[in-house]
Amino acid sequence: MATQLAPESMYRNDEGMGIWEHRGKVAAVGVGHSPTARRWDGKAETSVGAWSILALRRAIEDAGVSPDQVDGLVIVPVTTTGAFWPEDTPVPMDIVNSFNRTGDPLDGIAQLSSEWLLNNMPELTNVNFTMYGAGCMSNALNVASQAIGDGLTHTCLVLKAWHNLEGRYYQSGANAHDAIPGTAALKSLWGAPACYGTALQFAEYCRKYGKTHDMMAPFMTNSRRNGLMFPEGYWAQHRPEELTAEDYEYARWIAKPANLFDNDIPIMMAGAYLFTTAERAQDMKQKPVYILNHASSNAMPRSLTPTLDEVEAETAKTGRKIYEGAGITAADLSFENMYDGFTEFHQFHIEGLGYRGIKFGEALDFYQTDISIEGPNPVSPSGGNIGSGRSRVWLHTDSIQQLQGRAGARQVTGVKPEIAVSGGPMPLGGNYTVWSATPD
Amino acid sequence: MVKQGIVPDELTKPFFDAANDERLVIQNCTACDRLQHPPAPACSQCGSGDGLEWKEMSGRGKIYNYGVVYDTPVRLLQVTQPFNVAVIMLDDDPGIQMYSHLPGTPPDDVPVGASVEVIFEATANDQKIPEWRVVD
Repeated sequence: MATQLAPESMYRNDEGMGIWEHRGKVAAVGVGHSPTARRWDGKAETSVGAWSILALRRAIEDAGVSPDQVDGLVIVPVTTTGAFWPEDTPVPMDIVNSFNRTGDPLDGIAQLSSEWLLNNMPELTNVNFTMYGAGCMSNALNVASQAIGDGLTHTCLVLKAWHNLEGRYYQSGANAHDAIPGTAALKSLWGAPACYGTALQFAEYCRKYGKTHDMMAPFMTNSRRNGLMFPEGYWAQHRPEELTAEDYEYARWIAKPANLFDNDIPIMMAGAYLFTTAERAQDMKQKPVYILNHASSNAMPRSLTPTLDEVEAETAKTGRKIYEGAGITAADLSFENMYDGFTEFHQFHIEGLGYRGIKFGEALDFYQTDISIEGPNPVSPSGGNIGSGRSRVWLHTDSIQQLQGRAGARQVTGVKPEIAVSGGPMPLGGNYTVWSATPD
Repeated sequence: MVKQGIVPDELTKPFFDAANDERLVIQNCTACDRLQHPPAPACSQCGSGDGLEWKEMSGRGKIYNYGVVYDTPVRLLQVTQPFNVAVIMLDDDPGIQMYSHLPGTPPDDVPVGASVEVIFEATANDQKIPEWRVVD
Protein backbone atom coordinates (compact mmCIF):
# COMPACT_ATOMS: atom_id res chain seq x y z
CA MET A 1 0.00 0.00 0.00
CA ALA A 2 1.28 3.46 -0.86
CA THR A 3 2.51 5.63 1.98
CA GLN A 4 -0.14 8.04 3.22
CA LEU A 5 0.11 11.63 4.35
CA ALA A 6 -0.28 11.79 8.11
CA PRO A 7 -3.89 12.52 9.11
CA GLU A 8 -4.69 15.78 10.90
CA SER A 9 -5.48 13.74 14.00
CA MET A 10 -1.74 13.10 14.49
CA TYR A 11 -1.06 16.79 15.02
CA ARG A 12 -1.81 18.66 18.24
CA ASN A 13 -3.49 21.73 16.80
CA ASP A 14 -5.76 22.81 19.63
CA GLU A 15 -5.52 24.49 22.97
CA GLY A 16 -7.02 22.69 25.93
CA MET A 17 -5.68 19.26 25.01
CA GLY A 18 -3.79 19.03 28.29
CA ILE A 19 -0.48 17.32 28.85
CA TRP A 20 0.60 15.26 25.83
CA GLU A 21 -0.37 11.68 26.58
CA HIS A 22 3.09 10.45 25.53
CA ARG A 23 5.08 13.14 27.36
CA GLY A 24 8.61 11.85 28.02
CA LYS A 25 7.89 8.46 26.45
CA VAL A 26 9.51 9.13 23.06
CA ALA A 27 13.20 9.95 22.53
CA ALA A 28 15.64 11.01 19.85
CA VAL A 29 18.71 8.79 19.90
CA GLY A 30 20.44 9.28 16.56
CA VAL A 31 21.34 12.12 14.18
CA GLY A 32 22.59 11.86 10.61
CA HIS A 33 23.41 14.49 8.03
CA SER A 34 24.55 14.40 4.42
CA PRO A 35 27.11 16.91 3.19
CA THR A 36 25.75 20.18 1.78
CA ALA A 37 26.05 21.75 -1.65
CA ARG A 38 24.73 24.92 -3.19
CA ARG A 39 23.26 23.02 -6.16
CA TRP A 40 23.12 19.51 -7.53
CA ASP A 41 26.12 18.72 -9.75
CA GLY A 42 24.22 16.08 -11.70
CA LYS A 43 26.00 13.05 -10.25
CA ALA A 44 24.21 10.01 -8.87
CA GLU A 45 26.19 10.03 -5.66
CA THR A 46 25.16 13.61 -4.82
CA SER A 47 21.50 13.30 -5.79
CA VAL A 48 18.88 14.02 -3.18
CA GLY A 49 18.13 10.30 -3.04
CA ALA A 50 21.75 9.30 -2.48
CA TRP A 51 22.22 11.91 0.21
CA SER A 52 19.02 10.81 1.90
CA ILE A 53 20.34 7.26 2.11
CA LEU A 54 23.60 8.60 3.52
CA ALA A 55 21.85 10.67 6.19
CA LEU A 56 19.62 7.77 7.19
CA ARG A 57 22.56 5.38 7.47
CA ARG A 58 24.45 7.91 9.58
CA ALA A 59 21.48 8.31 11.93
CA ILE A 60 21.28 4.54 12.33
CA GLU A 61 25.01 4.34 13.01
CA ASP A 62 24.89 7.28 15.41
CA ALA A 63 22.15 5.57 17.41
CA GLY A 64 24.03 2.30 17.44
CA VAL A 65 21.12 0.17 16.29
CA SER A 66 21.23 -2.47 13.60
CA PRO A 67 19.21 -1.62 10.49
CA ASP A 68 16.94 -4.60 10.96
CA GLN A 69 15.73 -3.08 14.24
CA VAL A 70 14.23 -0.13 12.40
CA ASP A 71 10.51 -0.64 11.88
CA GLY A 72 9.32 2.84 10.89
CA LEU A 73 10.08 5.52 8.34
CA VAL A 74 8.57 9.01 8.34
CA ILE A 75 9.74 11.34 5.60
CA VAL A 76 8.77 14.49 3.75
CA PRO A 77 8.26 13.58 0.08
CA VAL A 78 8.66 17.13 -1.22
CA THR A 79 12.33 18.03 -1.65
CA THR A 80 12.27 21.26 -3.62
CA THR A 81 13.87 24.45 -2.40
CA GLY A 82 11.75 26.33 -4.93
CA ALA A 83 13.37 24.86 -8.04
CA PHE A 84 11.32 22.33 -9.99
CA TRP A 85 12.53 20.02 -12.71
CA PRO A 86 12.62 22.19 -15.88
CA GLU A 87 9.77 21.38 -18.26
CA ASP A 88 12.04 21.28 -21.30
CA THR A 89 14.92 19.32 -19.76
CA PRO A 90 14.98 15.53 -20.10
CA VAL A 91 15.31 13.58 -16.88
CA PRO A 92 18.79 11.94 -16.76
CA MET A 93 17.75 8.30 -17.06
CA ASP A 94 21.30 7.03 -16.54
CA ILE A 95 21.14 8.56 -13.05
CA VAL A 96 17.59 7.38 -12.46
CA ASN A 97 18.48 3.83 -13.50
CA SER A 98 21.59 3.70 -11.37
CA PHE A 99 19.21 3.26 -8.42
CA ASN A 100 16.39 0.81 -7.83
CA ARG A 101 13.85 3.19 -9.28
CA THR A 102 10.12 3.53 -8.83
CA GLY A 103 7.58 4.31 -11.54
CA ASP A 104 8.27 8.04 -11.32
CA PRO A 105 11.66 8.97 -12.81
CA LEU A 106 11.92 12.10 -10.65
CA ASP A 107 11.84 9.95 -7.51
CA GLY A 108 15.27 10.29 -5.89
CA ILE A 109 16.14 13.21 -8.18
CA ALA A 110 13.62 15.94 -7.43
CA GLN A 111 11.26 14.27 -4.96
CA LEU A 112 11.34 11.30 -2.65
CA SER A 113 9.07 8.41 -1.74
CA SER A 114 9.40 5.90 1.06
CA GLU A 115 9.14 3.21 -1.62
CA TRP A 116 12.26 4.58 -3.35
CA LEU A 117 14.20 4.67 -0.10
CA LEU A 118 13.23 1.15 0.88
CA ASN A 119 14.09 -0.07 -2.64
CA ASN A 120 17.56 1.36 -2.19
CA MET A 121 18.20 0.48 1.44
CA PRO A 122 17.92 -3.32 1.44
CA GLU A 123 19.25 -3.42 4.98
CA LEU A 124 15.91 -2.00 6.22
CA THR A 125 14.26 -5.40 6.27
CA ASN A 126 11.66 -4.79 8.96
CA VAL A 127 10.06 -1.45 8.16
CA ASN A 128 6.33 -1.98 8.45
CA PHE A 129 5.21 1.59 9.14
CA THR A 130 5.71 4.45 6.70
CA MET A 131 4.07 7.85 6.69
CA TYR A 132 4.57 11.27 5.13
CA GLY A 133 4.76 14.57 6.93
CA ALA A 134 3.81 17.55 4.78
CA GLY A 135 6.41 20.22 4.16
CA CYS A 136 9.15 20.28 6.74
CA MET A 137 11.18 18.19 9.14
CA SER A 138 9.09 19.86 11.84
CA ASN A 139 5.99 18.08 10.48
CA ALA A 140 7.78 14.75 10.20
CA LEU A 141 9.05 14.98 13.77
CA ASN A 142 5.55 15.54 15.09
CA VAL A 143 4.23 12.60 13.10
CA ALA A 144 7.04 10.29 14.20
CA SER A 145 6.65 11.34 17.84
CA GLN A 146 2.94 10.64 17.79
CA ALA A 147 3.39 7.37 15.87
CA ILE A 148 5.88 6.01 18.40
CA GLY A 149 3.76 7.14 21.32
CA ASP A 150 0.71 5.49 19.77
CA GLY A 151 2.65 2.25 19.25
CA LEU A 152 2.52 2.36 15.46
CA THR A 153 6.30 2.07 15.29
CA HIS A 154 8.99 1.40 17.84
CA THR A 155 12.25 2.44 16.20
CA CYS A 156 11.61 5.04 13.55
CA LEU A 157 13.75 6.95 11.09
CA VAL A 158 12.72 10.52 10.28
CA LEU A 159 14.01 12.30 7.17
CA LYS A 160 13.85 15.62 5.37
CA ALA A 161 15.92 16.21 2.23
CA TRP A 162 16.31 19.06 -0.22
CA HIS A 163 17.31 19.28 -3.88
CA ASN A 164 18.44 22.52 -5.44
CA LEU A 165 18.84 22.71 -9.21
CA GLU A 166 20.46 25.18 -11.57
CA GLY A 167 18.62 28.42 -12.19
CA ARG A 168 17.28 31.18 -10.03
CA TYR A 169 14.88 30.63 -7.19
CA TYR A 170 11.22 30.40 -8.28
CA GLN A 171 11.95 31.96 -11.67
CA SER A 172 10.84 29.03 -13.76
CA GLY A 173 7.33 27.66 -14.23
CA ALA A 174 4.39 30.05 -14.06
CA ASN A 175 6.56 33.03 -13.22
CA ALA A 176 8.18 32.78 -16.65
CA HIS A 177 4.88 32.47 -18.52
CA ASP A 178 3.03 35.23 -20.36
CA ALA A 179 -0.31 34.25 -18.80
CA ILE A 180 -1.36 32.47 -15.62
CA PRO A 181 -4.57 30.91 -14.26
CA GLY A 182 -7.02 33.23 -12.54
CA THR A 183 -6.83 31.70 -9.06
CA ALA A 184 -3.04 32.00 -8.98
CA ALA A 185 -3.20 35.50 -10.44
CA LEU A 186 -5.08 36.90 -7.45
CA LYS A 187 -1.99 36.30 -5.33
CA SER A 188 0.99 36.21 -7.67
CA LEU A 189 0.21 38.73 -10.42
CA TRP A 190 1.93 41.59 -8.59
CA GLY A 191 5.30 39.83 -8.64
CA ALA A 192 6.06 39.67 -4.94
CA PRO A 193 8.92 37.32 -4.04
CA ALA A 194 8.63 34.67 -1.34
CA CYS A 195 9.89 36.90 1.47
CA TYR A 196 7.36 39.64 0.73
CA GLY A 197 4.68 38.42 3.14
CA THR A 198 7.11 38.33 6.03
CA ALA A 199 8.52 41.69 5.01
CA LEU A 200 5.01 43.13 5.18
CA GLN A 201 4.48 41.82 8.69
CA PHE A 202 7.88 43.14 9.71
CA ALA A 203 7.10 46.56 8.23
CA GLU A 204 3.90 46.76 10.25
CA TYR A 205 5.77 45.56 13.33
CA CYS A 206 8.37 48.31 12.94
CA ARG A 207 5.70 50.97 12.49
CA LYS A 208 3.71 49.77 15.48
CA TYR A 209 6.61 49.39 17.89
CA GLY A 210 9.01 52.04 16.60
CA LYS A 211 11.72 49.59 15.50
CA THR A 212 14.06 49.60 12.52
CA HIS A 213 15.51 46.98 10.18
CA ASP A 214 19.08 47.58 11.37
CA MET A 215 18.06 46.35 14.83
CA MET A 216 18.08 42.85 13.32
CA ALA A 217 21.87 43.01 12.82
CA PRO A 218 22.91 41.46 16.19
CA PHE A 219 20.60 38.53 15.51
CA MET A 220 22.08 38.09 12.04
CA THR A 221 25.72 38.19 13.15
CA ASN A 222 24.95 35.85 16.04
CA SER A 223 23.21 33.40 13.72
CA ARG A 224 26.11 33.32 11.24
CA ARG A 225 28.58 32.95 14.09
CA ASN A 226 26.67 29.96 15.44
CA GLY A 227 26.31 28.54 11.95
CA LEU A 228 30.03 28.67 11.36
CA MET A 229 30.36 26.40 14.40
CA PHE A 230 27.95 23.89 12.84
CA PRO A 231 30.26 21.57 10.90
CA GLU A 232 27.32 19.97 9.10
CA GLY A 233 26.16 23.32 7.69
CA TYR A 234 26.59 25.00 4.33
CA TRP A 235 28.41 28.16 5.40
CA ALA A 236 30.84 26.22 7.62
CA GLN A 237 31.58 23.75 4.85
CA HIS A 238 31.78 26.03 1.82
CA ARG A 239 31.95 29.70 2.75
CA PRO A 240 33.36 30.16 6.26
CA GLU A 241 32.80 33.92 6.23
CA GLU A 242 31.63 36.02 9.15
CA LEU A 243 28.69 38.30 8.56
CA THR A 244 29.16 41.81 9.93
CA ALA A 245 26.46 44.27 10.84
CA GLU A 246 27.63 46.40 7.91
CA ASP A 247 27.37 43.45 5.50
CA TYR A 248 23.81 43.01 6.64
CA GLU A 249 22.70 46.62 6.73
CA TYR A 250 24.06 47.44 3.28
CA ALA A 251 22.91 44.28 1.49
CA ARG A 252 20.60 44.73 -1.47
CA TRP A 253 16.88 44.63 -0.93
CA ILE A 254 14.80 41.74 -2.20
CA ALA A 255 11.45 43.04 -0.95
CA LYS A 256 12.08 45.99 1.33
CA PRO A 257 12.20 45.65 4.33
CA ALA A 258 13.70 42.20 3.66
CA ASN A 259 17.17 42.12 2.16
CA LEU A 260 19.40 39.43 0.71
CA PHE A 261 20.54 38.12 4.09
CA ASP A 262 17.00 38.03 5.44
CA ASN A 263 16.51 35.22 2.92
CA ASP A 264 18.09 31.85 3.68
CA ILE A 265 20.29 30.38 0.98
CA PRO A 266 18.76 27.36 -0.84
CA ILE A 267 21.00 24.30 -0.68
CA MET A 268 21.13 20.54 -1.24
CA MET A 269 21.18 18.43 1.93
CA ALA A 270 19.48 15.65 3.85
CA GLY A 271 18.99 15.34 7.59
CA ALA A 272 17.76 12.33 9.52
CA TYR A 273 16.98 11.27 13.08
CA LEU A 274 16.28 8.01 14.82
CA PHE A 275 13.44 8.06 17.33
CA THR A 276 12.44 5.29 19.67
CA THR A 277 10.59 4.72 22.91
CA ALA A 278 12.03 6.19 26.10
CA GLU A 279 12.25 2.68 27.50
CA ARG A 280 14.32 1.39 24.58
CA ALA A 281 16.43 4.57 24.58
CA GLN A 282 17.81 3.96 28.07
CA ASP A 283 20.51 1.53 27.00
CA MET A 284 21.49 2.99 23.65
CA LYS A 285 24.73 4.48 22.38
CA GLN A 286 23.73 8.15 22.69
CA LYS A 287 22.19 9.97 25.60
CA PRO A 288 18.47 10.08 24.82
CA VAL A 289 16.71 13.38 24.34
CA TYR A 290 13.11 13.07 25.42
CA ILE A 291 10.13 14.69 23.75
CA LEU A 292 7.81 16.45 26.17
CA ASN A 293 5.32 17.68 23.59
CA HIS A 294 4.64 18.42 19.98
CA ALA A 295 2.30 21.20 18.94
CA SER A 296 1.09 22.64 15.67
CA SER A 297 -0.45 25.77 14.20
CA ASN A 298 -2.74 25.53 11.19
CA ALA A 299 -4.25 29.01 11.23
CA MET A 300 -5.27 30.76 8.05
CA PRO A 301 -5.36 34.52 7.43
CA ARG A 302 -8.74 36.12 6.79
CA SER A 303 -7.64 37.37 3.37
CA LEU A 304 -4.52 37.45 1.18
CA THR A 305 -1.76 37.88 3.75
CA PRO A 306 -1.62 37.70 7.55
CA THR A 307 -1.92 40.95 9.45
CA LEU A 308 0.29 41.64 12.45
CA ASP A 309 -2.73 41.13 14.69
CA GLU A 310 -3.28 37.69 13.17
CA VAL A 311 0.42 36.84 13.54
CA GLU A 312 0.59 37.85 17.17
CA ALA A 313 -2.65 36.11 18.09
CA GLU A 314 -1.42 32.87 16.53
CA THR A 315 2.13 32.90 17.95
CA ALA A 316 0.73 33.54 21.41
CA LYS A 317 -1.67 30.63 20.96
CA THR A 318 1.16 28.42 19.73
CA GLY A 319 3.21 29.32 22.78
CA ARG A 320 0.34 28.36 25.05
CA LYS A 321 -0.09 25.01 23.24
CA ILE A 322 3.63 24.27 23.46
CA TYR A 323 3.76 24.88 27.19
CA GLU A 324 0.41 23.28 28.01
CA GLY A 325 1.22 19.93 26.38
CA ALA A 326 4.74 19.83 27.82
CA GLY A 327 3.67 20.87 31.29
CA ILE A 328 6.26 23.62 31.41
CA THR A 329 6.40 27.41 31.36
CA ALA A 330 8.60 29.84 29.50
CA ALA A 331 10.87 29.98 32.53
CA ASP A 332 11.79 26.31 31.95
CA LEU A 333 13.38 26.92 28.52
CA SER A 334 17.16 26.71 28.54
CA PHE A 335 17.27 28.11 25.00
CA GLU A 336 15.13 28.40 21.89
CA ASN A 337 15.67 27.26 18.30
CA MET A 338 12.64 28.72 16.55
CA TYR A 339 12.55 29.11 12.78
CA ASP A 340 14.43 31.90 11.06
CA GLY A 341 14.42 31.51 7.32
CA PHE A 342 13.10 34.21 6.64
CA THR A 343 14.82 35.99 9.48
CA GLU A 344 11.86 38.27 10.09
CA PHE A 345 9.84 35.28 11.35
CA HIS A 346 12.08 34.81 14.35
CA GLN A 347 10.98 37.73 16.52
CA PHE A 348 7.35 36.73 16.09
CA HIS A 349 8.08 33.20 17.27
CA ILE A 350 10.06 34.15 20.36
CA GLU A 351 7.63 36.87 21.37
CA GLY A 352 4.81 34.33 21.11
CA LEU A 353 6.81 32.03 23.37
CA GLY A 354 7.48 34.83 25.81
CA TYR A 355 11.09 33.67 25.75
CA ARG A 356 12.90 35.19 28.75
CA GLY A 357 9.76 37.15 29.49
CA ILE A 358 9.79 39.27 26.34
CA LYS A 359 6.49 40.66 25.16
CA PHE A 360 5.21 41.71 21.73
CA GLY A 361 7.40 44.41 20.28
CA GLU A 362 10.40 43.66 22.51
CA ALA A 363 12.41 41.07 20.55
CA LEU A 364 14.53 43.56 18.61
CA ASP A 365 15.51 45.28 21.85
CA PHE A 366 16.31 41.84 23.26
CA TYR A 367 18.61 41.26 20.27
CA GLN A 368 20.71 44.23 21.43
CA THR A 369 21.58 42.31 24.64
CA ASP A 370 23.81 39.25 25.04
CA ILE A 371 22.10 36.54 22.95
CA SER A 372 25.25 34.47 22.44
CA ILE A 373 25.74 30.81 23.33
CA GLU A 374 27.99 31.96 26.19
CA GLY A 375 25.35 34.17 27.74
CA PRO A 376 22.29 33.56 29.89
CA ASN A 377 19.81 34.10 27.05
CA PRO A 378 20.92 32.11 23.98
CA VAL A 379 18.96 32.95 20.84
CA SER A 380 19.03 30.39 18.03
CA PRO A 381 22.20 28.56 19.12
CA SER A 382 21.88 26.44 15.98
CA GLY A 383 22.29 29.55 13.84
CA GLY A 384 19.23 28.28 12.00
CA ASN A 385 18.79 28.49 8.27
CA ILE A 386 20.59 31.82 8.29
CA GLY A 387 23.66 30.24 9.85
CA SER A 388 23.77 27.05 7.80
CA GLY A 389 21.47 27.24 4.77
CA ARG A 390 17.89 26.28 4.07
CA SER A 391 17.27 22.90 5.63
CA ARG A 392 14.75 23.54 8.41
CA VAL A 393 16.75 20.81 10.15
CA TRP A 394 19.55 22.60 12.03
CA LEU A 395 17.22 23.92 14.71
CA HIS A 396 16.22 20.37 15.65
CA THR A 397 19.69 18.84 15.36
CA ASP A 398 21.13 21.56 17.56
CA SER A 399 18.43 21.14 20.19
CA ILE A 400 19.19 17.41 20.38
CA GLN A 401 22.95 17.87 20.39
CA GLN A 402 22.85 20.65 22.99
CA LEU A 403 20.84 18.51 25.38
CA GLN A 404 23.19 15.58 24.76
CA GLY A 405 26.17 17.81 25.45
CA ARG A 406 27.70 17.16 22.04
CA ALA A 407 27.11 20.43 20.20
CA GLY A 408 30.88 20.95 20.03
CA ALA A 409 31.94 24.57 19.62
CA ARG A 410 28.29 25.64 19.68
CA GLN A 411 27.64 24.12 23.09
CA VAL A 412 25.81 26.63 25.24
CA THR A 413 27.82 27.56 28.30
CA GLY A 414 25.79 30.31 29.92
CA VAL A 415 22.86 28.03 30.75
CA LYS A 416 22.49 24.39 31.71
CA PRO A 417 20.92 22.69 28.68
CA GLU A 418 17.81 21.00 30.06
CA ILE A 419 14.74 21.93 28.01
CA ALA A 420 14.52 23.46 24.53
CA VAL A 421 11.94 24.18 21.88
CA SER A 422 12.40 24.12 18.12
CA GLY A 423 10.16 24.36 15.10
CA GLY A 424 8.41 26.42 12.48
CA PRO A 425 8.30 27.59 9.81
CA MET A 426 5.59 30.23 9.73
CA PRO A 427 3.78 32.02 12.51
CA LEU A 428 0.53 30.89 10.85
CA GLY A 429 1.33 27.29 10.02
CA GLY A 430 4.09 25.48 11.88
CA ASN A 431 5.03 22.48 13.95
CA TYR A 432 7.03 22.49 17.16
CA THR A 433 8.84 20.03 19.41
CA VAL A 434 9.75 20.40 23.09
CA TRP A 435 12.96 18.52 23.92
CA SER A 436 14.24 17.57 27.35
CA ALA A 437 17.37 16.04 28.83
CA THR A 438 15.18 14.06 31.21
CA PRO A 439 11.83 12.32 30.67
CA ASP A 440 10.01 14.20 33.43
CA MET B 1 3.98 48.10 -16.15
CA VAL B 2 2.43 45.19 -18.05
CA LYS B 3 1.37 42.32 -15.86
CA GLN B 4 1.10 38.69 -16.96
CA GLY B 5 -2.06 37.79 -18.81
CA ILE B 6 -4.80 35.98 -16.92
CA VAL B 7 -6.78 32.91 -17.90
CA PRO B 8 -9.85 32.95 -15.64
CA ASP B 9 -10.83 29.58 -14.20
CA GLU B 10 -14.22 28.44 -13.00
CA LEU B 11 -13.71 29.87 -9.53
CA THR B 12 -12.49 33.29 -10.62
CA LYS B 13 -14.43 33.88 -13.85
CA PRO B 14 -17.14 36.04 -12.21
CA PHE B 15 -14.44 38.23 -10.61
CA PHE B 16 -12.59 38.73 -13.88
CA ASP B 17 -15.71 39.13 -15.99
CA ALA B 18 -16.76 41.93 -13.63
CA ALA B 19 -13.31 43.49 -13.91
CA ASN B 20 -13.72 43.59 -17.71
CA ASP B 21 -16.92 45.54 -17.04
CA GLU B 22 -14.94 47.77 -14.64
CA ARG B 23 -16.81 46.55 -11.59
CA LEU B 24 -15.20 45.17 -8.42
CA VAL B 25 -17.01 42.15 -7.01
CA ILE B 26 -16.04 40.02 -4.02
CA GLN B 27 -17.33 36.59 -3.06
CA ASN B 28 -19.88 36.68 -0.23
CA CYS B 29 -21.43 33.93 1.88
CA THR B 30 -25.11 34.75 2.27
CA ALA B 31 -25.46 32.39 5.23
CA CYS B 32 -22.75 34.19 7.20
CA ASP B 33 -23.13 37.58 5.49
CA ARG B 34 -19.35 37.52 5.24
CA LEU B 35 -17.04 38.49 2.39
CA GLN B 36 -14.02 36.39 1.46
CA HIS B 37 -11.10 37.02 -0.86
CA PRO B 38 -9.47 35.19 -2.54
CA PRO B 39 -12.58 33.28 -3.56
CA ALA B 40 -12.96 29.64 -2.58
CA PRO B 41 -15.35 26.79 -3.39
CA ALA B 42 -16.79 27.05 0.14
CA CYS B 43 -17.16 29.66 2.85
CA SER B 44 -14.08 29.65 5.08
CA GLN B 45 -16.29 30.30 8.10
CA CYS B 46 -19.30 27.97 7.78
CA GLY B 47 -17.85 25.58 5.21
CA SER B 48 -20.89 25.76 2.95
CA GLY B 49 -20.63 26.28 -0.77
CA ASP B 50 -24.38 26.71 -1.22
CA GLY B 51 -24.79 30.36 -0.35
CA LEU B 52 -21.87 31.91 -2.18
CA GLU B 53 -22.63 34.91 -4.36
CA TRP B 54 -20.69 37.80 -5.87
CA LYS B 55 -21.26 41.20 -4.31
CA GLU B 56 -20.33 44.51 -5.87
CA MET B 57 -18.01 46.71 -3.82
CA SER B 58 -17.79 50.48 -3.55
CA GLY B 59 -14.28 50.55 -5.01
CA ARG B 60 -12.92 52.50 -2.06
CA GLY B 61 -10.22 51.41 0.34
CA LYS B 62 -7.18 52.31 2.43
CA ILE B 63 -3.51 51.45 2.07
CA TYR B 64 -2.89 49.04 4.91
CA ASN B 65 0.74 48.11 4.28
CA TYR B 66 3.34 47.83 1.54
CA GLY B 67 6.71 46.46 0.51
CA VAL B 68 9.04 47.50 -2.28
CA VAL B 69 10.02 44.72 -4.66
CA TYR B 70 13.57 44.86 -5.96
CA ASP B 71 13.91 41.22 -7.06
CA THR B 72 10.73 39.81 -8.51
CA PRO B 73 10.57 36.22 -9.73
CA VAL B 74 8.05 37.22 -12.44
CA ARG B 75 9.87 37.67 -15.75
CA LEU B 76 7.52 40.25 -17.27
CA LEU B 77 7.89 42.56 -14.27
CA GLN B 78 11.67 42.46 -13.98
CA VAL B 79 12.18 45.43 -16.30
CA THR B 80 10.14 47.69 -14.03
CA GLN B 81 11.92 47.09 -10.72
CA PRO B 82 11.80 48.44 -8.09
CA PHE B 83 8.05 48.74 -7.63
CA ASN B 84 5.54 48.97 -4.82
CA VAL B 85 3.31 46.09 -3.84
CA ALA B 86 0.76 47.51 -1.45
CA VAL B 87 -1.99 45.81 0.50
CA ILE B 88 -5.35 47.55 0.19
CA MET B 89 -8.11 46.99 2.72
CA LEU B 90 -11.60 47.61 1.41
CA ASP B 91 -13.80 50.24 3.03
CA ASP B 92 -16.70 47.80 2.61
CA ASP B 93 -14.88 45.34 4.91
CA PRO B 94 -11.34 46.11 6.17
CA GLY B 95 -10.74 42.38 6.60
CA ILE B 96 -10.66 41.99 2.83
CA GLN B 97 -7.33 42.69 1.17
CA MET B 98 -6.23 43.27 -2.42
CA TYR B 99 -2.76 43.80 -3.83
CA SER B 100 -1.79 46.86 -5.83
CA HIS B 101 1.22 48.32 -7.60
CA LEU B 102 -0.21 51.74 -6.73
CA PRO B 103 0.20 53.27 -10.20
CA GLY B 104 1.28 56.90 -9.88
CA THR B 105 2.93 56.44 -6.49
CA PRO B 106 6.76 56.37 -6.60
CA PRO B 107 8.50 53.32 -5.09
CA ASP B 108 8.83 53.55 -1.30
CA ASP B 109 6.85 56.78 -1.17
CA VAL B 110 3.66 55.10 -0.08
CA PRO B 111 1.26 56.92 2.26
CA VAL B 112 0.15 54.11 4.58
CA GLY B 113 -3.42 54.75 5.68
CA ALA B 114 -4.26 56.92 2.68
CA SER B 115 -7.52 56.51 0.81
CA VAL B 116 -7.46 54.80 -2.57
CA GLU B 117 -9.98 54.11 -5.31
CA VAL B 118 -10.17 51.24 -7.70
CA ILE B 119 -9.19 51.57 -11.36
CA PHE B 120 -9.06 48.84 -13.97
CA GLU B 121 -5.92 47.97 -15.88
CA ALA B 122 -5.42 45.68 -18.86
CA THR B 123 -2.89 42.84 -18.51
CA ALA B 124 -0.78 41.26 -21.26
CA ASN B 125 -3.75 39.40 -22.76
CA ASP B 126 -6.19 42.34 -22.29
CA GLN B 127 -7.93 40.73 -19.32
CA LYS B 128 -8.60 43.62 -16.95
CA ILE B 129 -7.78 43.56 -13.25
CA PRO B 130 -8.56 45.88 -10.35
CA GLU B 131 -5.73 48.27 -9.44
CA TRP B 132 -5.73 51.11 -6.95
CA ARG B 133 -4.83 54.79 -7.09
CA VAL B 134 -4.28 57.19 -4.20
CA VAL B 135 -7.11 59.70 -3.84
CA ASP B 136 -5.99 63.27 -3.26
